[in-house]
Amino acid sequence: MSAVQAGLLAQAGLSGAAVVLALVLGTARARATACGTLCALSAGFGVLTGALAVSGRTGAVLVSMALPPGHLVLAPDRLGGVFVVVVSAVMCLVSVYAIGYARTGSTGSRTSWVALALFGLGMQMVPAAADLVAFLFAWELMAVASTALVLIDQARSPAVRSAALWYAAMTQLSFLLVVAGLSVLAASTGSDTFAVMSAGHLSGATASVAFVLLGLGFGTKAGVVPMHVWLPRAHAEAPSHVSAAMSAAMVTLGVYGLVLVCVRLLPAGPSWWGVTLVAFGALSALYGILQASVASDIKRLLAYSTTENVGLMVLALGSSVLLRASHAPAVAGVALVACLLLVVSHATFKVTLFLGAGSVLHATGERDLDRLGGLGPRMPVTATGFAVGSLAAAALPVSCGFVAEWTLLQALIHGARVQDRLVTVVMPLAVAVVALTAGLALLTFVKAFGIGFLARPRSDTAAGARESPAPMRVAMLAGAAVVVVLGLVPGPLGVALARSVGVRSVTTVGLGGLDLPVVGALLDPVALCLVAGVVALPVLVASLALARRHPSRSTVLAWGNGGARVSPRMQYTATSYAEPLMRVFDDALQPSRDVQVTHLAESRYLVERVEYRQHLGDVVEERVYRPVIRLAGRVGMAARHLQNGSIHRYLAYSFLALIAVLVAASL
Amino acid sequence: MTIRRLAGLIWRTGMIAEVAPPPPGLADTPSTVPAPLAGSLQLRHVDAGSCNGCEIEVSAAFGPVYDAERYGARLVASPRHADALLVTGVVTHNMAEPLRRTLEATPTPRMVLAVGDCARNCGVLAGGYGVAGAVSDIVDVDLEVHGCPPEPDEIVAALRRLTGR
Amino acid sequence: MSAAAAVVALVQLVVVTALAPLLVGLMRQVRARSEGRVGAGLMQPWRDLRKLLAKDPVRAEGASWILVAAPVVLLASSLIVAALLPLVAAVPLPLVPNDLFVVVSLLLLGTVAVALLGLDSGTAFGGMGSSRHMTVAALVEPTVLVAVYALSVPVGSSTLALIVRARLQAPSLIAAPVSLIAVIALAIVVIAETGRLPVDNPATHLELTMIHEAMVLESSARDLAWLELGSWIRLASLLGLMGNLLAPWGVSTGAAPLSLVVGVVTLTVKLAVLGAGLSLGEVFMAKLRLFRVPELLAGSFVLAFLAVTASYLLA
Repeated sequence: MSAVQAGLLAQAGLSGAAVVLALVLGTARARATACGTLCALSAGFGVLTGALAVSGRTGAVLVSMALPPGHLVLAPDRLGGVFVVVVSAVMCLVSVYAIGYARTGSTGSRTSWVALALFGLGMQMVPAAADLVAFLFAWELMAVASTALVLIDQARSPAVRSAALWYAAMTQLSFLLVVAGLSVLAASTGSDTFAVMSAGHLSGATASVAFVLLGLGFGTKAGVVPMHVWLPRAHAEAPSHVSAAMSAAMVTLGVYGLVLVCVRLLPAGPSWWGVTLVAFGALSALYGILQASVASDIKRLLAYSTTENVGLMVLALGSSVLLRASHAPAVAGVALVACLLLVVSHATFKVTLFLGAGSVLHATGERDLDRLGGLGPRMPVTATGFAVGSLAAAALPVSCGFVAEWTLLQALIHGARVQDRLVTVVMPLAVAVVALTAGLALLTFVKAFGIGFLARPRSDTAAGARESPAPMRVAMLAGAAVVVVLGLVPGPLGVALARSVGVRSVTTVGLGGLDLPVVGALLDPVALCLVAGVVALPVLVASLALARRHPSRSTVLAWGNGGARVSPRMQYTATSYAEPLMRVFDDALQPSRDVQVTHLAESRYLVERVEYRQHLGDVVEERVYRPVIRLAGRVGMAARHLQNGSIHRYLAYSFLALIAVLVAASL
Repeated sequence: MTIRRLAGLIWRTGMIAEVAPPPPGLADTPSTVPAPLAGSLQLRHVDAGSCNGCEIEVSAAFGPVYDAERYGARLVASPRHADALLVTGVVTHNMAEPLRRTLEATPTPRMVLAVGDCARNCGVLAGGYGVAGAVSDIVDVDLEVHGCPPEPDEIVAALRRLTGR
Repeated sequence: MSAAAAVVALVQLVVVTALAPLLVGLMRQVRARSEGRVGAGLMQPWRDLRKLLAKDPVRAEGASWILVAAPVVLLASSLIVAALLPLVAAVPLPLVPNDLFVVVSLLLLGTVAVALLGLDSGTAFGGMGSSRHMTVAALVEPTVLVAVYALSVPVGSSTLALIVRARLQAPSLIAAPVSLIAVIALAIVVIAETGRLPVDNPATHLELTMIHEAMVLESSARDLAWLELGSWIRLASLLGLMGNLLAPWGVSTGAAPLSLVVGVVTLTVKLAVLGAGLSLGEVFMAKLRLFRVPELLAGSFVLAFLAVTASYLLA
């Protein structure tokens, strides 16, 4: 038995044991500790298996089934191994976190833990699947388990049920499209294993049909605009550890699907595939970050930020496809490595951010940034984790988000040197989009961290916040540590990712830095930190010396023009912070505003009360989905006329159907 | 006004500031002025209840004719950035506490400069029902400028005693 | 090679730190003379700094470590940028090339530090300044990346030192129309990033018109000194970069002492000319209404984007 086989079996076994214990154990605390530990161990084995697969070891697990085709095959290759590592690492952190988070209430129920264990297993098996049936089975297991998890809190508010309904509908739609696409591929290559499908070298109309179907299917799962409408609802209403797993791991698997299609299954795609992916990626990135920057619900902000990052990943993948089709394979390879770096970095910082948001929710019961504040001194570990995650999300040094965005920009800038009209128009546009999203991401995360954790609490619940239990703290700090470490030594990570997709041109340089000789660029964060340290040293020494000579004096009030009011209500809120931006992008966001003025009974000239309401919905949902839903409703209502209760009419329908079948069969 | 016209005006007008009078001697410097402030003085103006006569003279002192900035003095927006408070007017009841708070918000070493007769000893408003007292009744005053209102020359001379330029 | 680069970086650090307050002093003097005043003199900013360092800071209870750390971060980030940019010499450090995105990200690190400082104060003015500052920064970032990208197209590399060197060796690059358009876009970026008129008025006392000043209302003594010095060094570095892009003659390409001296002298001259020009221009300008600033920034983005597409389609 090879190591990979043993790893896969260990994962399945441990998850199964977690499911059994979840059903058997009585108290919620015991359930949480036992199942959390088992899920974390299973995920740990997943990381090991994935690492072994990335380094080239092979191994296959065949699961026999009674139905045809008879067995499903789990055999991760290098690319699958990368995603197994990412997903398993996320699940490991989420499981450890859930030991402390899912101890009470509906989050700690049997259903919740069974669903979490199955969800983790499904996610870990999807990248390991080597044939169609295994892939689809693991995919659907993941989808069903996550729907159950989204519904856990449904007693809390009707928004949860609505979110679960949207999520279920969109995820089954994506499943349908993926089945259709993979079936087209299987039918034209005659086999259902991915290895045979990729050797098929399809082209022309069949390949394009398969690409469109699979692109839509995986794009829906990944949350690409305009199929993203389920994302902000589901990720905001699900319990926080589930949101973390969904945002950091499940969405990653949607991107895995797209990478699988473009790199393995249909590698020689024409330019228009690349341009389509770049266009949708750019749209998702811009729209996602715009909505995130004006959101004041912390989980909705993070969910839209996921849309933005997925947009960037799809943009990177699309530019890789475009460059490969324009005969620049070296730069295309760099763009693909940029896509994978974005995947890894997004997983690490998004899990940290969502776990931090969950910690805040656990401590205060609040998700609204407008009612938070001053959490820094009250919850120092959460604040640190959230700060490091925000640093990476805003692509600032030193963090993995910075390295990923740098690689993407290098690939785009140097990709434009290709002598092709289409490429020279698309690449500068892509650079402009990436730059704009980077700027807006800065504002979003300064807002999220600054309003939520700094200054003074804006409500009593925020004032009474206390730090979270140990498992939650450990998970957040581990996530933050990974973000920083990957940002400091990106070289080995870059090389491993490049090898997994067959790109030879990425190497390590200096003290763990990343070297891209094809585009003539290198980045050594450790050297940058050393330079920063040398430069900052005189400043620090001077500050310390001056602090000794001129000690600071503490005063009660901040300077508020001599007034006495230090009411926390006078601070800026998240809504006011983003107000200038909302004005600039008014046409793209289309907020609805309502002002109601109540006059005094005695005189119409005097105002008793003014009520101002602002609602910021999702433009795509309101302009695209609602009309379609209304149309479907009208069609359904019209179709009721067919069912008027008369048995004669029903018999006539059956008779007509029989005639039609006989006529069709005779043709 | 077009750019051309403004440029022509600037060119033709040239220097408006009057020649600087001789600097005050060391003996005139109050003993409470700390050495590090030499040459650089940031002032936060506080109107504790004045009739705005002194404000107009302070404006003139910082204007082009008298140009107090050439001696290193500058008006700033926040007391946290300031070295000295420039207080004008008699202190009214509502401004007593804000004046104390403004002084509290100023980092040490710091000074208080009371400009005008009202700030010194309530001037013509002594005994009024809204008056809490002169500036020295609320906070410690380091330097006073006489006059109702004081001439810009005297305000500039007082500032020069503080900056030493 | 690396020893030479280290020497160059050190020289740049010292020179820019020494010149930055003088540059601000010059700009204030030009403004004063235009108004018919005598002015405080070139050395006044240095006097102000010295006095600030000798004061005891006042900090409100409930202010977190950000009040102490943010000024240091701003100053450190400005110093690193001054060391990395090709100001005195176009010699890139071996493992830390002055790549476009790295320099922009370091500048943004300082921007974020000051924005968090404004929010941490817990006052309405701080939040207001922070919000406006980050909105301007978000809208400026695409322009700066695309403008330098436009300048990098004829050179083939996005490392700023190599761009300056290429312009030194082939002066025809400087006069090319696409290059001029990109430099104009970059000029608007520098004005927005350093908070000068017409985007922000550094001398205003009206809190509702403040962007940068509103965030530093709570800082005193050495915190304020680091913030001021950090902003001045940023201004000097960015103006120096603009000067070297427009007129690269005098920039050293090695670490030979004579060429470094020439580099320092020419940098001083360029800073003086650009600073005086900027200040003179400010005399004729009024601050733009805040909600007109995005229009200005969008216009500069369109210019930069035009420069990029034109440089590819014309090449």
